[in-house]
Amino acid sequence: MVRFLNVNKDYGKLSVIHQLDFDVAEGEMVTIIGPSGSGKTTVLRILMTLEPISGGVIYVNGKPLTHMAKAGVLVPADERHFRQMRSSIGMCFQHFNLFPHMTALQNCMEGPVQVLGLAKKEARERSEELLTMVGMIDKKDQHPSRLSGGQQQRVAIARALAMRPKVMLFDEVTSALDPEVIGEVTNVIRKLVAEHNLTMLMVTHQMGFARDISDRVCFFYGGKIEEEGSPHDLFENPQRDRTRQFLSAVKEAY
Amino acid sequence: MSIWEFLRTYGPALASGTLTTCTEFVLATAIAIIVAVVMGLAKLSSNWLIRAPAIVYIEIFRGTSLLVQLYWIFFVLPLFGITLPKSIAGFLSVGLNCGAYGAELVRGAIQSVPRGQWEAATAISLSPAVRMRRIILPQALSIMLPPWGNLLIELLKGTALVALISVSDLMFEVKQINAMTYLSAQAFGTALVIYYLLARFLITPFMRWLERVVARGLGRV
Repeated sequence: MVRFLNVNKDYGKLSVIHQLDFDVAEGEMVTIIGPSGSGKTTVLRILMTLEPISGGVIYVNGKPLTHMAKAGVLVPADERHFRQMRSSIGMCFQHFNLFPHMTALQNCMEGPVQVLGLAKKEARERSEELLTMVGMIDKKDQHPSRLSGGQQQRVAIARALAMRPKVMLFDEVTSALDPEVIGEVTNVIRKLVAEHNLTMLMVTHQMGFARDISDRVCFFYGGKIEEEGSPHDLFENPQRDRTRQFLSAVKEAY
Repeated sequence: MSIWEFLRTYGPALASGTLTTCTEFVLATAIAIIVAVVMGLAKLSSNWLIRAPAIVYIEIFRGTSLLVQLYWIFFVLPLFGITLPKSIAGFLSVGLNCGAYGAELVRGAIQSVPRGQWEAATAISLSPAVRMRRIILPQALSIMLPPWGNLLIELLKGTALVALISVSDLMFEVKQINAMTYLSAQAFGTALVIYYLLARFLITPFMRWLERVVARGLGRV
C-alpha cells in the first residue's frame, strides 16, 4: 500500500532520512518508535506531502506520490498531482490542529464538502456517524476551544476519517494529552484497528499501546530503520544494542 | 463670540463638512480594505510576477508622503491625461496610502496563523485557494482587527489633507470660517473635538464590536 524506495530527506546539510526502503502492506498497522531526531515524524510528514523529499520515490496504492509519469519518465509532482494523491491519506497531529472557527461537526464536514464535493446533508450524515464512532456526537456543535485535549483529538480523528482515506497517519497523537485522557484516544484507534481494514502508520512513545495493537514495530535510528519485527520480538527480544538501549531508557521513564 | 453662539452660527457649515469627512472616510476605507487584501495576498505569492507589483506598490505608497501622493494624483495625473474630480482624488489617495499599510497587516496576520492550521488543511486535501479562504483568512481576520482599528483612526485623520485640494470637508470648512472671522481657537478647537469624537465614539466602538463578533466566531466568548 505504501512503499518508500531509497528515500532521502535533507534539511540543508543535515540528513534526516537516509536511503530509506520501507513497505507497509494493505490493512497493516505499523508503529514507528525511536529517539527524538531519528526521523520518525518526518516519515509521516513526507508521506502526507507536508514536506518535499530530497531523493527517491514514494508509492501509495501503486501510484507514485511524490512524482508523476510524464512521457514514460517520473518527474517531480506538481500541486495538482499532490492534491489528487493526498485524498487517499489522512493524518492526525500531536496538537490536533482543529480549525478553531468551526464546530466539531463543521471541522469534519469541511473536507467532504470542499474537496469531495458532497452535498451538505450527505457530509453531515457521514460526519455525525464518525463523531458517534469516536464518542463525540453530543459535543458536535461545540467549538474546539470548549473541548478537552482528548476530545479535540477524537474530533481530529473523525475529521481525517471523513475523507475516507486508505492510509491513516497518527503523529504522536497522545503526546500532548493529560495521562487520564490518553485512554479515550487510544481506544478509538483500537476500535479502528479492530473494525476497519485501514492501513495505519503511527508514531508513538506509548510502548504498551504500540505492543498491543501493532502488526509490526519499526525502531528508527539516525534516519534509518535500525530494527523491525513483530511487537513481541522487538520488545521482548531486541537484537540490536541501540534498540535495547532505547527500550530500557523508555522503560525507566514510564 | 461665545462657543454656543459660534456653533449656532457655523453649525450648518460644520455639519456639512463633517458629513463630507465621513463620506471620504467610508470611501477611503473601502479602497484601503480592497487594496490591502489584494496586495497583502499578492505579496505572499510564490510567483514573483505577482509578488513584485505588490512590493513596488507598498514601497511607493508607504514610503512616500500622503500629501505628496495627493498632489500627484490631483495635479500630476492630469498631465498624463487622467483627470479626477477632487473628491475622488481625495479619498482615492487616502485609501491607496492606508491600503499599503493595511497590506502589511494582512500579510503579517496570514503569516501568524499557526503552521499546524495550514498543515491540517493540507492534510484534508483542501486546495490552496480554499485553504486560504475557509481556514486561514478567518483566523487571520481576528489577528489583524486590533491593528486595523488603529489604521482606520489614522485614515480618518489623514482625510483632513483633502482640504488642501479644496474638497469641502470638515478641515476645509473650519479653514474658511477661520479666514472669515479670525476665530481660530473656536474654529480649529471645534475641528479637533469633532475628529476626536468620530474616532472615539464611532470607529473605536465599531472595531470593538467587530472584534467581539469575530471572537465569537472562533468560539472564544
